[in-house]
Amino acid sequence: MNSYSANRLKITLNINSEMYEKEILASDTLLSVLRDKLGLTGAKPGCLNGDCGACTVIIDKRPMKSCMLLAVEAFDTEILTIEGLKDTPIQRAFVEQFAFQCGYCTPGFILICHALLLTDHHPTNEKITTWLSSNICRCTGYQEIENALRSVINSLPLE
Amino acid sequence: MLSYNFDYYQPKSIDEAVGLYQTLKAEEKKPIYYSGGTEIITLGRLNLVKTGAVIDLKGIPECMEYTLHNHQLIIGSALSLNTFEENRLFPLLTLTSKEIADYTSRNKITLGGNICGQIFYREAVLPFLLTDSYVTIAGPNGIRKAAINEIFYCTLQLEEGEFLVQIATEEKFLMAPHLSVKKRKQWDTGYPLITVAALKKDEEIRFAFSGLCPYPFRSKQIETILNNQDLSYKDRISTSFQYLPKPILNDTEGSSGYRMFVLETTLTNIFSVLGGEEK
Ligand code: FES
Ligand code: FES
Repeated sequence: MNSYSANRLKITLNINSEMYEKEILASDTLLSVLRDKLGLTGAKPGCLNGDCGACTVIIDKRPMKSCMLLAVEAFDTEILTIEGLKDTPIQRAFVEQFAFQCGYCTPGFILICHALLLTDHHPTNEKITTWLSSNICRCTGYQEIENALRSVINSLPLE
Repeated sequence: MLSYNFDYYQPKSIDEAVGLYQTLKAEEKKPIYYSGGTEIITLGRLNLVKTGAVIDLKGIPECMEYTLHNHQLIIGSALSLNTFEENRLFPLLTLTSKEIADYTSRNKITLGGNICGQIFYREAVLPFLLTDSYVTIAGPNGIRKAAINEIFYCTLQLEEGEFLVQIATEEKFLMAPHLSVKKRKQWDTGYPLITVAALKKDEEIRFAFSGLCPYPFRSKQIETILNNQDLSYKDRISTSFQYLPKPILNDTEGSSGYRMFVLETTLTNIFSVLGGEEK
């Protein structure tokens, strides 16, 4: 990407393996572009302050808080949102383990669990705690969320 | 979501970044250098930071460097904090930075952003203060190198138009015995109260602090007292308190009295682990 000299720019974003071309403002966060310009409302606005993780998406296999990222920074990356996950083990586990109540935090939690499983099939307890601590569930369903993640981990073959 | 718009630039070289800053300043755009950007976005949303142009440093190769070269570890300022969790060449930096914010945020927060930010804590600077590291700074007058202990006083003392490019740490410090203790208001993930980082070199323990005062610091005077083998640990700690900078933070995370209590117990723990001689 070359220097953008404009504060209004046309950008192509790779989201869930589809290319989206949109005109955005340089100051638009990825969260606002996903929701307001592309109609991908799975990433939720919570605190808008980087604290809650409701807006989590996966960028180049890493979890990122989309309220803390300018959309322009996501140019030339692979973005995965909850709309890009279809019937994955972690989604099934959330249903089976009753890992949500109101569901507001759920897309963010599913994506951080999915990102963890992408890079590590058998994370340590410390790693699980470290990663899950990035997100907040106001319904406090933490135990069920952790159970869901562990049930997927336990179903994976040891390497 | 920010309430105002700005121009976005991603220069590919140090010279381009410095030149852009000068041009944008002349155009009265009030440019700011942008690295992780979390503080700019957070404060921008509240209209506490206003700029007409951001200059993203992540496209500059020197700011993304992470190499051990000529017995020095060179660390680029635009590397995310999780880089140090994945590449553990400097264990004290790994230990200190993995306590900053949360895992996902550390994919975005950068070393330079944390050190040059406005928040009190800025813990990422502590390992570099303890290891007498050197900073490389770029600006309108070219590139300069400086000892971090001479240039970090409350904040990194940058002139207008300058930015932090890299930090260099001598290899001999990387594996020295160390400890970094972060105490929080509540639980393992609550808001930070204080962090004390310590490193043992040549039989002396070095100490650096965050969350005690409105800025991180290392004090040679305090270190001399804490290493005075004529005194007991208890006396070293109580004597050193006379030389703490002021003010001691007194806020909703903890009163100044509580912070001092936590500091005392933390220093006692550090002595028990890194063990200077006790009379
Ligand atoms: S909305 Fe992004 S972290 Fe809360
Ligand atoms: S299920 Fe309601 S916030 Fe988590």
